[in-house]
Amino acid sequence: MSNTLQIVWLIPFLPLIGFLINGLGRNHLSKSLTGIIGSGVILGSFLISLFVFFQVKNGNTHVAHYFDFIHTASLKVGFDFQIDQLSSLFLLIITGVGFLIHVYSTSYMHEEAPKDFAKYFAYLNLFVFSMLLLVMGANYIIMFIGWEGVGLCSYLLIGFWFKDNANNDAAKKAFIMNRIGDFGFLLAVFWLIAKLGTTNYHDVFDGVSKLSSFDIGGITLLLFLGATGKSAQIPLYTWLPDAMAGPTPVSALIHAATMVTAGIYMIARSNILFTMAPLTQSVIAVIGLATAVVAATIALKQNDIKKVLAYSTVSQLGYMFLGLGVGAYTGAVFHVMTHAFFKALLFLGAGSVIHAMGGEQDMRNMGGLKKYMSITNITFLLGCLAIAGMPPFSGFFSKDEILAEAFAKNPVYWGIGVLTAFMTAFYMFRLYAMTFLGKFRGTHDQEHHLHESPSAITIPLIVLAILAVVGGWIGIPKVFMPNGHRLEAFLEPIFAKSNEHVAALGAAHELSHATEYALMAVSVVGALVALLYAWNKFSKYEKTNEEETGLAKAISNKWYVDEFYDAIIVKPVQSIAGFFSNVVEKRGIDGFVNGVGKAVNYGSRQIRLLQTGQVSAYMLMMVIAILVLFIIQLFL
Amino acid sequence: MPINYYIFLALALFCIGVVGVLTRRNAIIIFMCIELMLNAANLLLVAFSKLYTHVSTLPTAGSDAQIFVFFIMVVAAAEVSVGLAIIVMMYRNTHSVDVNFLNRLKN
Repeated sequence: MSNTLQIVWLIPFLPLIGFLINGLGRNHLSKSLTGIIGSGVILGSFLISLFVFFQVKNGNTHVAHYFDFIHTASLKVGFDFQIDQLSSLFLLIITGVGFLIHVYSTSYMHEEAPKDFAKYFAYLNLFVFSMLLLVMGANYIIMFIGWEGVGLCSYLLIGFWFKDNANNDAAKKAFIMNRIGDFGFLLAVFWLIAKLGTTNYHDVFDGVSKLSSFDIGGITLLLFLGATGKSAQIPLYTWLPDAMAGPTPVSALIHAATMVTAGIYMIARSNILFTMAPLTQSVIAVIGLATAVVAATIALKQNDIKKVLAYSTVSQLGYMFLGLGVGAYTGAVFHVMTHAFFKALLFLGAGSVIHAMGGEQDMRNMGGLKKYMSITNITFLLGCLAIAGMPPFSGFFSKDEILAEAFAKNPVYWGIGVLTAFMTAFYMFRLYAMTFLGKFRGTHDQEHHLHESPSAITIPLIVLAILAVVGGWIGIPKVFMPNGHRLEAFLEPIFAKSNEHVAALGAAHELSHATEYALMAVSVVGALVALLYAWNKFSKYEKTNEEETGLAKAISNKWYVDEFYDAIIVKPVQSIAGFFSNVVEKRGIDGFVNGVGKAVNYGSRQIRLLQTGQVSAYMLMMVIAILVLFIIQLFL
Repeated sequence: MPINYYIFLALALFCIGVVGVLTRRNAIIIFMCIELMLNAANLLLVAFSKLYTHVSTLPTAGSDAQIFVFFIMVVAAAEVSVGLAIIVMMYRNTHSVDVNFLNRLKN
């Protein structure tokens, strides 16, 4: 127990303390105190995470056992934390980006009443706590606790402004869709327990050879179902765009840095299982790719600034799943990291814009904000360049790695992926141009109100912008620098087994340098063209009232997916619920309960007639009864 | 005398008592009919006691039932005193001893 990493319990414990203080003291704490506590605990966790990261970097990995969580004869689940390369990296992302978002929130949420402000920070801390539990757990049960925790917190935070019913609907949608995925996750865990009798990562990964290919396929598909819910993939992605109903920093926290990456973390963590299940891998790659394309097309036509970012998140998550599906685990984790930087940056930038516009989210009413908000403008531009995959920004390296591996697996994957990359560049610069370039299209009041945001908002933006620019430099591909991919070297122990397995099959084949250069050139040039086209077209954007037709209309309406789900799932479920409520409940159950009461009432009213008050009648009854008893005694 | 005679007499007394209780409305007559039933029971007890005296060799044989008869007479006397008191109170309140007036507990 002398391992210095035994103190890692402090990392999730601090946000828990923050949650308790802010949650219980919400009626007594002042706003500045709440902000300091809320952000301070995350900063503390971040500092410990940094320490842990450097320990791990020096080769010190550790499984810290605290107590037995479930202890039965056949199953033992410890409350264990696993600290290794993968979890320490995620710890840094979660606490680091989380801290910046907390700082940002102190300013963004400043107009809330002190009580709501404290509630907001309590939820935010609880969210970080759950997420930390998710990545630190050393078995699937602890991961599941965090997994459910983030689902709950996203529900609470999306519905934070619960006085507006639309927000509540969005929150419920997110929760229910997540629950569908959780169901798959839970079944997979049960399956693992039934077959292996353990949920510890080490034991499961060591025992993987004992499983039949059917078991592995089933478990991985169910785990992937869990991931589609949490990480917003087809068919469970529609909750994420609706989740924009929450406060903007929440969108940044949930939809960029943490919650949505849970599915990717889980698959990367269980990489050996997935490597052994080629069918599941193909399913993941195809679904990831389909999600990437569909979400990107929808993003092309959205006018709500947050919706565009939401669909771009879904699309980028699709990329990550493509990476997982083709076995590029490092690439997927790398993209999680860079995406956390630039997407948090973009969301926070959008929040800054919305703040300045007085709550306006429609890009058609923006434009020309460049000259009012210089810091937001520059950081946002850097974020857009990063997500569009322009070298040398971070998105270029991570996206390119995934695309290169996809090409090695199947050139069709690459083709669709790169097409999505062009669309990404297009819609991001459509967003940028409509928001910051051209001339202002809002009302006169709004124009008068425009201002740069305070430093609590701009400083996180600047930090994230720096990270979005340089974050990719830890994973420079081999063609540029032989030992440039430091992340791959760092994560090597996590994916060692999978790599061995792939190598044993002889399926791995390196791309030649010339091919890799060519792939990069295609994606960069294509993205550049899309970018410039969007820049040109939308910096001269004017509001029009033209009706959209055909394809454009379908895209604007998000391919009618929500309507489709509504028709095939929501409506039937509602009518079944109506049937149960009106018929089974009211007539069946209520009828039975009321019927018992009515029967007793009716019966006693009839029997009451016997009580005539005539003494002789009573006596007659008595005598008859005696005679009856007498007869029974004698003859029966 | 054969035991049958006692049994038939007791049965006749008991039935007269039952019919009297059921058919008469005067509280005092009902009362007397109840006494009649008690006495029918007493008669049987004494008769059977006498019958079984010869069966057993015990010195106390046959005395149990006769002692029991005294108990019944004591209880009947107590009952009569309470019952007559009730009937007197009833007469004072309703100026009648008709039991059909005693239906106020109804409803």
